[in-house]
Amino acid sequence: MSPLRRTPLYERHRALGARLVEFAGYEMPVQYGSILAEHRAVREAAGLFDVSHMGQLHFDGPGAEASVARLVTCPVPTLRVGQVRYALLCHESGGVVDDVTVHRTAADRFFLCVNAANVAKDREHVQRHAGPDARVQDRSDETGLLALQGPASARILAALAQPDPGALRRFRFAEGRVAGRPALVSRTGYTGSDGFEIYCAADDAVALWDALLERGRGEGVVPAGLGARDTLRLEAALPLYGHELDDETTPLEAGLDRFVDLEGGRFLGAHALRAQRAKGVARRLVGFELLGRGVARAGHALFHGDADVGRVTSGAPSPTLGKSIGLGYVPAALAPVGTDLAVRIRDQKVPARVVSTPFVGRR
Amino acid sequence: MADYDIPRSLRYSREDEWARADGGRVTVGVSDYAQQQLGDIVYVELPPVGKTFEKGEPFGVVESVKAVADLYAPIGGEVVEVNAALSDHPEQVNEDCYGDGWMIVLAPTDESELEALLDADAYAAHVAERSP
Repeated sequence: MSPLRRTPLYERHRALGARLVEFAGYEMPVQYGSILAEHRAVREAAGLFDVSHMGQLHFDGPGAEASVARLVTCPVPTLRVGQVRYALLCHESGGVVDDVTVHRTAADRFFLCVNAANVAKDREHVQRHAGPDARVQDRSDETGLLALQGPASARILAALAQPDPGALRRFRFAEGRVAGRPALVSRTGYTGSDGFEIYCAADDAVALWDALLERGRGEGVVPAGLGARDTLRLEAALPLYGHELDDETTPLEAGLDRFVDLEGGRFLGAHALRAQRAKGVARRLVGFELLGRGVARAGHALFHGDADVGRVTSGAPSPTLGKSIGLGYVPAALAPVGTDLAVRIRDQKVPARVVSTPFVGRR
Repeated sequence: MADYDIPRSLRYSREDEWARADGGRVTVGVSDYAQQQLGDIVYVELPPVGKTFEKGEPFGVVESVKAVADLYAPIGGEVVEVNAALSDHPEQVNEDCYGDGWMIVLAPTDESELEALLDADAYAAHVAERSP
């Protein structure tokens, strides 16, 4: 087994007493203290996450726009400089290579932020399908990425960042400085709360981390790990690659239609997805809540009556709602809100019900 | 290495349960090490009163936000009491694992099985072996 990789903040995580686990080939903090406390801090104040393990693929050159448009499911020509869109990279089959955010930094410059586990696969996919007159660079290793998430995030950053990130709308970003270091601040995140993602040079990550924790102390900021990141994104019903998404699952099955430009898009996989929409999807991702006791986990079987109808892809106790929630795939006929399901947890079938998503926050 | 509370008055299993003998009954819970390893406990599944377990048999399940763990009977016996409060307040296991976080009371099949459990020093060594 190859040794685990570390982000520039590894020593900080150790010093904070984090429990470290393997994630996507990296040694990452799953929690510093209590996952529930870190989760609540993000919902009520702010949490600071090290997500430097994530990857960044940069495009530049006169053919950059055409190349990105060929790769991602969102509209690209209408993407403005300083704007971000969520999108999927698809195979020709319509299956998902990865889910990404697409950032336009200039008329002829873009970058994709991609999942750590998929960096090598994405890089190969992108290089194979990028058109002429576009250069692709993988800057994952030289880039640090911190996520400051929660309602106090804008106040904390206001004192440290120029230009003031509080003026950014959601899904907009600006290049400037944070704590005196060059940084790109994007009003995006993976928690369902307001917040920012801060891209910096890997060498500056420790200085930014320290400054954000120091400045945020009075605002209730805490370092937060992958454990809270997972319960937060699940409450927001945001998919996690490898759970809700994979090479064999399409964005339409995952309910991500609004991130797919089926009408105008000429991206890889568009043809297959248009055909799938015309025919109708056979299975759909649903959100459910448990009506009985227990915790649904990825891999548990979903039942409708006596029939085994699908699998849970993610499940956890929701700290905000105080009940167990989950996501899973079921036949499309069982997807409507209110459908009765059951989750087999060990030897018991625990009743569950399809509910609207996100579980928490904006509907 | 983190600090773990390991009361000298108790006996311990290698699976991190504690046992306290008192008047022919044995109270069972999980150790401070176990609750710290699990993190925030959100669900505890315990057996009905009257059920009998052999030493080492799973008698219940404890779930934290991220993990699921079986609970093993440190000695054989019949369940004569369960901590019903854990159903609504599983966090008591984190807050007071040797007190309000107790799980079941057994009427031992063979009280000498207690002698085979680890004492506090041996359990502390067992914990240390697994701590980074």
